[in-house]
Amino acid sequence: MARLESVQVPLPDCVPTSAAAIAATTASPRHSALVRVTHWIITLCFFALLVSGFEIVISHPRFYWGETGNVLTTPLFQLPIPASRSLVETGYNYVLPDQNGWSRSLHFQTAWIVVLTGLLYLVSGAFTGHFRKDLLPNKSDLSWRSLSTTIASHLRFARPGAAEAWSYNPLQRLSYLFVIFVLFPLVIWSGLAMSLAFVSAFPATVTLLGGEQSARTIHFFVSLALLLFVLVHIVMICVAGFKRRMRAMITGAVATRKEERS
Amino acid sequence: MTDLSRRKLLISGVAATAGVASLGVAARLAQKYGLIPPDHGSIYGLGETLTYATQRLLTKHSLAREFRRDQISKRPLANEMPPLTDAFKHLQSGGFADWRLTVDGLVDRPASFSLAQLKSYPCHSQITQLACEEGWSYIAEWIGTPLLHVLDAVGIQPQARYIVYISIDPDWWESIDMADALHPQTFLAYGMNGGDLPVGNGGPLRLRLPRQVGYKSVKFVTHMTVTDNIKKFGKGLGSAEPEAGYAWYAGI
Repeated sequence: MARLESVQVPLPDCVPTSAAAIAATTASPRHSALVRVTHWIITLCFFALLVSGFEIVISHPRFYWGETGNVLTTPLFQLPIPASRSLVETGYNYVLPDQNGWSRSLHFQTAWIVVLTGLLYLVSGAFTGHFRKDLLPNKSDLSWRSLSTTIASHLRFARPGAAEAWSYNPLQRLSYLFVIFVLFPLVIWSGLAMSLAFVSAFPATVTLLGGEQSARTIHFFVSLALLLFVLVHIVMICVAGFKRRMRAMITGAVATRKEERS
Repeated sequence: MTDLSRRKLLISGVAATAGVASLGVAARLAQKYGLIPPDHGSIYGLGETLTYATQRLLTKHSLAREFRRDQISKRPLANEMPPLTDAFKHLQSGGFADWRLTVDGLVDRPASFSLAQLKSYPCHSQITQLACEEGWSYIAEWIGTPLLHVLDAVGIQPQARYIVYISIDPDWWESIDMADALHPQTFLAYGMNGGDLPVGNGGPLRLRLPRQVGYKSVKFVTHMTVTDNIKKFGKGLGSAEPEAGYAWYAGI
């Protein structure tokens, strides 16, 4: 039913309505091939980092602030989960199997892939004007009035208008920019700040964050923020129409009016 | 086959050959300059190699961060460890007077050092952090002699590539490359915070490597071998850790 209703929304001029125009859609995909490929590489990497990061955390689910922290010092907080080492008092009377070896190796190898893929995305995005054209919001869209309208429609889980099949709404643009230019750099920075060898060459990496344990705590919270983003992202895709959004990100094609009817 | 497709085929063939060849050259160069870790063969070999090579290039001569005296942890955490061996307990009952560190392999003068002899070499201290790969850490003042003094005394031969160091429990062994072996902060540590190095922290003798996580700092070191071929040791992965799924290089 919802699908039929959505057809009632007037389509903007640029949406092809005839079979001939489908060729035009193919020629100019919703997302460029580079965006699509890097998107899915980063997606796979995110889940590898999430699983391996979780495995690393359970070997010591306590967090501290400052340079050092261990079971003899007061933590900032401790996650209420069992641990994979008996050193940590968790309140559970069992110890999970140690998975730290492969988790660390997978985490660092995946981090390399993320960083290299991210660099490719950043450089090509800068050259093609992707950030300026697709992600930078219009000044007029940044007014409180305009933003609050978008936020309200998100809170109602309203299905977005067809125009959004071709461009991002301002809230989406701001979120993506925040993830790309704040959360990702921060998670990479705080990760490097935990590397003893890296900080021996670049000590400011860790001192600016307040110490090695602070870096670990920041890394944890930024990862949580990224997880939250991914969860909201998936919910929004479902609200907007899972199949169509997936197709746009996999093949680049946007459903035509005819296809939507069928 | 049309001319166009033949030309395309030729071009892609030449490009592929050039790609493979340059990868081969890169691998040879990396091997020559010691940028490939002994455990590069696993499914995580790409990541291990990228990390080791990059950090080796960036950090060859960098010094681990040193801290102020007031930043020293009030209680240096003694991590859990396997039960002490009978051989260890026997030496402990004698106040470690008979503790020996044997150094052999590619050296001009193989030797066996008592703790007293090691203490006759220049004594240095560093206030550095011991960070465990699990996520916890502490700061302590480590006292000992830089490994390079002992290596000087035995005279390492020019073809040396790795130093293998083994705990009194022979299953507990590690290795480092020459950049780490000759690094001024790589210590044979016998003291901590002004006193003897406690057994719980690796006393009487621990190889202290502050630019890598804790498991590379092997406790109770009794034997060292200088080698040009790490494949001869254990399963050839560089140390006991990769055999248990951990990385040989642990600067991250």
